[in-house]
Amino acid sequence: MTPRPPLHGLMAEFTGPNELISAVRKAREAGYTDLDAYSPYPIEEVSEQLEGHASRVPLITLIGGIIGGICGFGLQYWVSVIAYPVNIGGRPFNSWPAYIPITFETTVLFAGLSAVMGMLALNGLPMPYHPVFNVSRFARASQDRFFLCIEATDPKFDREDTYRFLERLVPRSVSEVDH
Amino acid sequence: MNGKPESVRLPEQHEMVPPMIGPGHTFHSVTDKISSVVLTQRTPLWWFIGFAISFSLLMLLLLSVSYLFMKGIGIWGVNIPVGWGFDIINFVWWIGIGHAGTLISAILLLLRQEWRTSINRFAEAMTLFAVACAGMFPILHLGRPWLAYWLFPYPNTMGVWPQFRSPLMWDVFAVSTYATISLVFWFVGLIPDLATLRDRSESRIGRTIYGLLAMGWRGSARHWHRYETAYLLLAGLSTPLVVSVHTIVSFDFAIGIIPGWHATIFPPYFVAGAIYAGFAMVLTLAIPLRKGFGLEDFITMRHLDYMGRVMLATGLFVGYGYVMEMFTAWYSANPYDQYMIINRLTGPYAPVFWSLMVCNIITPQALWFQRVRSSVPGLFIVSMFINVGMWLERFIIIVTSLHRDFLPSSWGMYRPTFWDYSTYFGTIGLFLTLLFLFIRFLPMISIFEMRTMVPEAEVKEHAA
Repeated sequence: MTPRPPLHGLMAEFTGPNELISAVRKAREAGYTDLDAYSPYPIEEVSEQLEGHASRVPLITLIGGIIGGICGFGLQYWVSVIAYPVNIGGRPFNSWPAYIPITFETTVLFAGLSAVMGMLALNGLPMPYHPVFNVSRFARASQDRFFLCIEATDPKFDREDTYRFLERLVPRSVSEVDH
Repeated sequence: MNGKPESVRLPEQHEMVPPMIGPGHTFHSVTDKISSVVLTQRTPLWWFIGFAISFSLLMLLLLSVSYLFMKGIGIWGVNIPVGWGFDIINFVWWIGIGHAGTLISAILLLLRQEWRTSINRFAEAMTLFAVACAGMFPILHLGRPWLAYWLFPYPNTMGVWPQFRSPLMWDVFAVSTYATISLVFWFVGLIPDLATLRDRSESRIGRTIYGLLAMGWRGSARHWHRYETAYLLLAGLSTPLVVSVHTIVSFDFAIGIIPGWHATIFPPYFVAGAIYAGFAMVLTLAIPLRKGFGLEDFITMRHLDYMGRVMLATGLFVGYGYVMEMFTAWYSANPYDQYMIINRLTGPYAPVFWSLMVCNIITPQALWFQRVRSSVPGLFIVSMFINVGMWLERFIIIVTSLHRDFLPSSWGMYRPTFWDYSTYFGTIGLFLTLLFLFIRFLPMISIFEMRTMVPEAEVKEHAA
């Protein structure tokens, strides 16, 4: 394992969404790759620049839904045909149209839970500790400020150069993010 | 929600409609205004009074349920032939109310109706609490409620399994899935706001609790991207779910052979009724809340107007349902069906039927008028009429259909007892208690979504 860099990264604070969008674009153009932006609400333009590929949440949801549907129908089939067959008004044991409502419900249940669990897992949440919270001003990332963090793991990262680069983006402040 | 095409609106049109958010709001003011209700404002006196009344009603529920467990359902007015009374009326009423929350949060999100933003959070909370009330009734009416878990398919020493061809089993799955997905949807929507509360809370205990619930949310752009995807997917899943739930509830009736129940119109008619009842309840709650906490800038007259329009439209669907019920009875040439309608119109429960017509069909016609839709007391009164009317509708469907079916020798009357009423008012206490706790401890309006509505959030073209 490589020795841990002394810093998590450098963080610039902006007052509006447009400043953050242009800062992320400039950082990208300057060749930085390990960066993250933080905003108090979702900004599509920022996500687009950071996340090149589509998210895997839809696929996870689809798989969850298929599993849910198979489990739901499978359960009813197994119970009604194999484990506990009961003659109800002469209907076939596998009277599948009657099993559709529950199959639908379990599909939705599994798909919905997979969407949420998948989103949380891919985001690495719950995460009790993260270095960005060491910056006291970062508390406003959940309120009214916008942050760009260039991480120390970036090959282009240099404490002095990156600091100057961030200064040139005219942020409200630049802070060092400790581990 | 940025780069939205619908912002290309004609300027005159903009001036004509009242705004969706009061003027002069910024990221900071929106955050401050909504979170201060939870964090810094002194709890108003009316909150304590309201909570005390609701909690007393909740204790009445506890009493009624304890007595029910001791004595059995003989304490209620149900008997043969009317085996379903207040229990099932209340079940259907509550679950219907819940549906507007899902409609607002899911369907209006998919339709990009931005006005939903300031009402979706508490509408979702309303859904959860209404489903909690609804879920109690089928269990309480089982006769031996402590064996309710027999409804679930689990391996047991008796060697028996549930009967999956029964709509009552479908109900178990529909309602439990609905409760779970509504809870998850609501909680996912809360995560970024919980982070806001964590970062703004002055007290150690507040920071700890909100911090634990926020799970370390930090508003990273990558997280937002997945978050929004998951949220949209949940909305997409909830939309057919909400339709399926009330459809399945209507199957409880429609699959039976009782005249007045055995009708193909039931599923759409029930779904429309649910949305109708739910919007009425959202208005009933929104009007005092916006006043009590001074949130008129966020829940504007335009919101109230739109909700009035949705009520009017769904009310007309419901009216169509009533008409088709009568038409089908006549057209079927089935004497039992025809008698069912005549009995509703002129029989012993006719006063209930005509009250229902006044509440659900006649009163809401006032919503055609702009003057009523732009008057807060007017909307409140209409919504109260609909709340009552939708309860009466379920009474009519259940009681008048059961009390006189095929054989006159087996006819009978249903008279609710004190315990029927006490259980019903008790669940209103449960609902309001949960609601009072919710508005005190969690942001009742989605803060992060409100931030996207302020002028500062507008993304300029050159930046993209």
